Amino acid sequence: MSHPAHQQINRDLIRPLLQTSWRFYVLVVLPTALVLAGLISWFSQMFFGFGISGIRWPVFWGFYVTNFVFWIGISHAGTLISAILRLVNAGWRRPVTRCAEVITVFALMIGAMFPIIHLGRPWLAFWLIPYPSERLIWPNFRSPLVWDFFAINTYLTGSLLFLLLPMIPDFAVVRDKSTGLRRRVYTLLALGWRGTPRQWHRLESAMAIMAIAIVPVAVSVHTIVSFDFSMAPVPMWQSTIFGPYFVAGAIFSGIAGLLIAMAILRRVLHLEQYLHPIHFENLGKLLLVMALLWGYFVFNERLVTYYGNEPSEMAVFWRTQRESFAPLYWTMVIGNFVLPLVIMGIKRFRTITGCVIASLGVVVGMWLERFLIIVPSLGHKYLPYSYGIYRPQPVEIIIAGATFAAMTLLYVLFVKIVPIISIWELKAGEHQPPDTTHPAAEERRLREQHS
Amino acid sequence: MKAVYALYPDGHSAQQALSRLQAAGVHDRDITIQSAQPMEDFEFGHREKATWMWWIACGGGLIGMASAVGLTWLTEVSWPINVGGLPIFAWWPNLIITFELTMLGAILATVITLVVTARLGRGSTIYDAEVSDGKILVGVVNPSESAVADLEAALTAPPGAQLKRI
Repeated sequence: MSHPAHQQINRDLIRPLLQTSWRFYVLVVLPTALVLAGLISWFSQMFFGFGISGIRWPVFWGFYVTNFVFWIGISHAGTLISAILRLVNAGWRRPVTRCAEVITVFALMIGAMFPIIHLGRPWLAFWLIPYPSERLIWPNFRSPLVWDFFAINTYLTGSLLFLLLPMIPDFAVVRDKSTGLRRRVYTLLALGWRGTPRQWHRLESAMAIMAIAIVPVAVSVHTIVSFDFSMAPVPMWQSTIFGPYFVAGAIFSGIAGLLIAMAILRRVLHLEQYLHPIHFENLGKLLLVMALLWGYFVFNERLVTYYGNEPSEMAVFWRTQRESFAPLYWTMVIGNFVLPLVIMGIKRFRTITGCVIASLGVVVGMWLERFLIIVPSLGHKYLPYSYGIYRPQPVEIIIAGATFAAMTLLYVLFVKIVPIISIWELKAGEHQPPDTTHPAAEERRLREQHS
Repeated sequence: MKAVYALYPDGHSAQQALSRLQAAGVHDRDITIQSAQPMEDFEFGHREKATWMWWIACGGGLIGMASAVGLTWLTEVSWPINVGGLPIFAWWPNLIITFELTMLGAILATVITLVVTARLGRGSTIYDAEVSDGKILVGVVNPSESAVADLEAALTAPPGAQLKRI
């Protein structure tokens, strides 16, 4: 008789791949409609020109760059958290890692779209790629925008491989459990996986090396995104703490995104047996730590600016503290600091619902933080002639909304194709340890018996 | 006969089967073991553990680093542009490209090593879909006809063994 826990795990986690309910179609059709709306908006922007967006002098970075920074931040949910948990061998990570890694890959893809949308002429995006053109001009490697290209592509490649490698043994399970065309497809995807000790060792070694490599890459990605701002002489941008401030914010929003995704998956796919309240509680504690760290960085940034009392910086400072941007600023503080501190700080509230409420606050708050870094500073630079206002136009709002729909759509399609919880890692955590007889001792006994 | 193997309900029985096969004189390279998850609690889970993957990853990283230094140096020197008063070949900003390509080199080298050394994409004579349900497969490929009886005896001795032939 086979191990009952294994069969149960196979059944529960492969079920969403083999069975399709009406919910799946709803979750595909609605986001697809929104994504189409976003695409139409983008094409209309290409056709009519950038004038239909709210981006104009002096605020050249509006919703698009806000979304770019936001989604790159959300991408820190997965690979970074998963890599750290793997390196410290946290047993509770097993049902969480793949849910998280998927977010990274899709968030990076969506985030990387925004510089292309923001180009206005996306067909010239290939100019960012270092290649010897007929004009003999290479990308300027001393520009933070080119650093972005390298950092995001390295992180995307690494994250994609970090996600794909542990999927191979699970593809083999689906291959063994399916029939017909599906079986043929998964046979190809499983790459002939058999589960020999050699294959397991190589896979685990590769995952360990990639976990070590991916952590500094993830940190570098958001540091480099922060360099897009801190390398520019704009009030409240040129700051030495922007690197760690952005990285902390990215991990913070990433954890919030992960908690929301896990709660939805648990509910929709009936994964109550795998995603336990303890997973939410542990991640909730991490969210609390990151909320405190975020508060520390904001206080640090604000106090130094206030104490320095430099006129151009103070003008931006007061715009966000008590003038036109104050409602957004204080909403951000409530969403990013007060709400997680109260909900996650009190054990009774650290439930799945509590985690989701706090996470929703953080996601909204972190989006506002990105917006408040960009727009108030660009709209109020050093001289009065360069003051201006930014009003987002429908095309930008629709595209921003469509990215959330795109994330939902990609996630739903992924869950339909791949087990969202790593089957083999779960089994590795479940399988019983051997009895007290050491295998080597038993082997020696048998050798002696046969000799 | 192409292969003879048995499926076991737990690692302990599989370990016994392996030990009996070894005791019966079967060479390690002729024994196949398959499981649905890493079995590092057992001795058979540590077979073929040695790997050069870490060194190859370091080598990949060095290649990536050399490529980055070459790319930045070649392009900046061949088309010199003054950027904010920085030197034409400025180490500090170039370190970012160097770091990213070093890591990319290490990651790609790791994945290539995995695919090659884990023999992905190459089939195997023995496989049983019950492995996915938690059974552990221990078997011998291309056994000589004279040894089959001994092998079957060794494979069926541990508790819960389910013998199969191909």
